[in-house]
Amino acid sequence: MSATTQLTPILQLRDTRVAYGAIEAVKGISLELAPGELVSLIGANGAGKTTTLNAIAGTLGTAGGEILYDGKPIDKLPAHKRLRQGLALVPEGRGIFTRLTVEENLRMGAYCRRDQDAVDADMERIFGMLPRVKERLQQVAGTLSGGEQQMVAIGRALLSRPRLLLLDEPSMGLAPLVVEKIFEVIRSVAAEGVTILLVEQNANLALEFSSRAYVMESGHITLSGSGAALLADPKVRAAYLGE
Amino acid sequence: METLLQQTVNGLVVGSVYALVALGYTMVYGILGLINFAHGDILMVGALVALEAIRLLQLHAPGLGLIPTLLAGLSVSVLVCMLLGYTIERTAYRRLRNAPRLAPLITAIGVSFLLQTIAMIIWGRNYHTFPQLVSTTPLEPVAGVFITPVQIAILVVSAVLMVALVLLVNKTRLGRAMRATAENHKVASLMGVDTNKIIAATFVIGSGLAAVAGVMFSSNYGIAHYAMGFMPGLKAFTAAVLGGIGNLGGAMLGGLVLGLVESIGAGYIEDLSFGFLNSSYQDIFAFLILGIVLIFRPTGLLGERVADRA
Repeated sequence: MSATTQLTPILQLRDTRVAYGAIEAVKGISLELAPGELVSLIGANGAGKTTTLNAIAGTLGTAGGEILYDGKPIDKLPAHKRLRQGLALVPEGRGIFTRLTVEENLRMGAYCRRDQDAVDADMERIFGMLPRVKERLQQVAGTLSGGEQQMVAIGRALLSRPRLLLLDEPSMGLAPLVVEKIFEVIRSVAAEGVTILLVEQNANLALEFSSRAYVMESGHITLSGSGAALLADPKVRAAYLGE
Repeated sequence: METLLQQTVNGLVVGSVYALVALGYTMVYGILGLINFAHGDILMVGALVALEAIRLLQLHAPGLGLIPTLLAGLSVSVLVCMLLGYTIERTAYRRLRNAPRLAPLITAIGVSFLLQTIAMIIWGRNYHTFPQLVSTTPLEPVAGVFITPVQIAILVVSAVLMVALVLLVNKTRLGRAMRATAENHKVASLMGVDTNKIIAATFVIGSGLAAVAGVMFSSNYGIAHYAMGFMPGLKAFTAAVLGGIGNLGGAMLGGLVLGLVESIGAGYIEDLSFGFLNSSYQDIFAFLILGIVLIFRPTGLLGERVADRA
C-alpha cells in the first residue's frame, strides 16, 4: 500500500453535479486531493471550473453526488460553516471588499478567529510575504491595483488558517511579473503544508507548478495525471497550450 | 430673525427624529437593496407600545418617578420593536432574498398595511394622548428662542445614538461584517460570516432606533395613533434619499437638512405664498426635495458610486 492511499483524502468529489436551473454546468465529476497536495484544475472558458470551486466552497448548491471534506460529507453545509472547518476560497475576480480598508479586508479573513494575538502574528507573517500590502493597510482596498488586490485576497484567505485553499484564477488580468510574484506566494503557502486546489486558464503555468492536475471539458473531467505527464500529452498540448 | 432661529431649533429637533428613522431605511437598503416601507410603522408600534407600557406602569407602580417610567416604557418598546423587526425579516423578507426586487418591495408595503391594521385592532382608530413625562413647557427663552425640555432630550438622545451607531458600524467586528455583507454577501460568507445573522442584526438595530424615534415623536407632539408612522416614515425615506441611500452619514445629514428645510419653510410659507398657504402645508417641502433630488442628484448629497476594479 502506498503512502497516499493510507491517508484520508482531505477533499473528495464523487459524481458531483452542479446546475444553474435546468442547465447542468458540472455533469458528474470525481476528484481527490491528499493532504498537502498542490493540484490544479485546468480547462477552457466555461468548462465548469469556477462552478466546481464554488460548489466545494458552498456558495453554490450541488444537484447530485457527494463532496467529502476530511471524509465527511459537507455538501449540505452553508459556506460560512465550511470556512470554519478550514476550507477557504479565493474567488474569481478576487472578491475584495472595495469600500473597506486593506486592514479591514484582512481582518475579515480572521473573522471567525478569537485568538487575537495569533491573528496579529499571522498578519505580520503575511506582510513578510507581501510587503506591498503592509504599506497600504489604511488605504481603501478599491484603490489598489489588480495585483495588490489579488495579494490582499490571498492574504485574507490565509488569515482564516485554511487547511484546504481553493484558488480561482489568481493570475487573471495580471502582468507576468505580478503573476510570478503571486505564484511564488502560493508555492510558499503550499510548502507550509496547506493543501491547494488551483483553477487556472494558464495551463502551462499551472501544470509546471502542480504535482497533479485534472483537465475539465464542458462539465466533465476528461484527463488527469501528474503535471509533467499532462504537459507532455499531445492532446493537452493541442487543446490548452496552443500547439 | 427670531423666527429663523426658532425654526432652526425646531428643525433640528424634528430632523433628529427623521435621521434616526432614516438610518434604519439606509442600513437595510445598504445590506439588502430593499426599501423597507414598513419601517415607518415600526416607529408607530414603538410609540404605541411605549404608551401602553407607561399606562400600565402608572396604574400599577404610580410611585415610580416620571423619568424611570419613561425609560421603562422606552425599553419595553425598543425590545418589542427589535423582536418585530427580526420577525418581519425572518418571515416576510428572507424567503424573497433572491426574488426579483419588486417582490420584496410590494411585500414591504403589505407588511406596512398589516402593522397598521393590527395596531388599529389593538389600539383603535382614535388619537391617544401620549403622557408628557418630560415637560413640553418651554424654558426661559434664550435670544428670543423657546426650547422645551423634551426637545433638549430628543437632541441629546439622538446625538448619542448616532455616535454609538457610527462607532458600532466602523469600529466593531459586527460593524465590519455588516459593511462586508453590504458589499458582497457571497464573499462575506466565504469569510465565515453568517450573513443571515448579520442581516437580522441590521433589522434589529434599525427597528430599535425607530422605536426610540417613535417615543420621541409622541413625546414631542403629545399624541399617538395607528397611522402616525406613515408621514415620518415617508419623510425619513426622503431624508435617506436626500443624503444618499445606503450611506449612514447621508441619512443623518439628510434627516437634519430635511427637518431644517421643513421647519424654516413652514415659518415663511405664508409670506412666500402671499398668504395663500399656511404652515399646515409644510409637508410640501419634503416632497419638493425628494423630487428635486431624484431629478438632479439621484445618488444624494453624500452618495457616490465607488468604482469596483475588475
